[in-house]
Amino acid sequence: MKHADQSKPRSPRRREVLAGAAAGTAAMLIPPVASAASDAGAAQASIYPARAFAQTSEAAALQAMFGKTPAHSSEVRMSAPDIAENGAVVPVAVDANLPDVTTIAIMAIDNPFTMAAAYKIPAGTSTAISSRIKLAKTTKVVTVVESAGKLYSTSKQVKVTLGGCG
Amino acid sequence: MAHQILVHAMAAGGSTTVEALVKHPMDSGFVKDKAGKLIPPHYIEVIEFTHNGKVVLTGFWGPAVSKNPFIKFAFKGGKSGDSIGVSWVDNKGETASTTAKIM
Repeated sequence: MKHADQSKPRSPRRREVLAGAAAGTAAMLIPPVASAASDAGAAQASIYPARAFAQTSEAAALQAMFGKTPAHSSEVRMSAPDIAENGAVVPVAVDANLPDVTTIAIMAIDNPFTMAAAYKIPAGTSTAISSRIKLAKTTKVVTVVESAGKLYSTSKQVKVTLGGCG
Repeated sequence: MAHQILVHAMAAGGSTTVEALVKHPMDSGFVKDKAGKLIPPHYIEVIEFTHNGKVVLTGFWGPAVSKNPFIKFAFKGGKSGDSIGVSWVDNKGETASTTAKIM
């Protein structure tokens, strides 16, 4: 495991990294010049789909994120536990056997906010992504994949014995 | 210390697997502190991974992503010694970034 400690600059390379981060922050203040910030390799707040993350229903979140509805597909795969003892940390792994995947979104239908996480997949990046989400209570977890402009989804019911959002 | 990012990237069989563990409270805004006051939402909104400066994954996270988020993904290409960059920005405008070498 490599690790970097933000508080202790240790090498010239570290300083370059910090300078790069500062450049990215400056770029964020200027209206979206996508290339400027990504050259610095810094995440930009301006591209965050805030409206999709503020929705409280599946339909509204899908509309805000994609503007269309998905078809069920067995080519979208999701692995999540049947029973999550601790809703604060629920491992969810997704994968899709579909071409030209551009976006993958994970939604927890009965969470206070439906959208949990979404990923932009550039060409060359695998569709298999593992991360961990919080579930407030027993809920259906839905994975939506955008492939060649079309939406496909799969879902799984996860039973939560101790909620993770309350 | 507060904004530590642990990155582990390994190249094998023509692709690179990246694992990252990000130190962040990821407060949802629904949890109360000991005094019964709601802890305001504080979560990472955008996290970006780069390989030699080219974006290989952009993640949009909401408050439902677990505390101290973990993520694992893979991309085609990459070789030992290449640079992997990770940066994030949260809903309060705080940022952090780090780089690591592919093993």
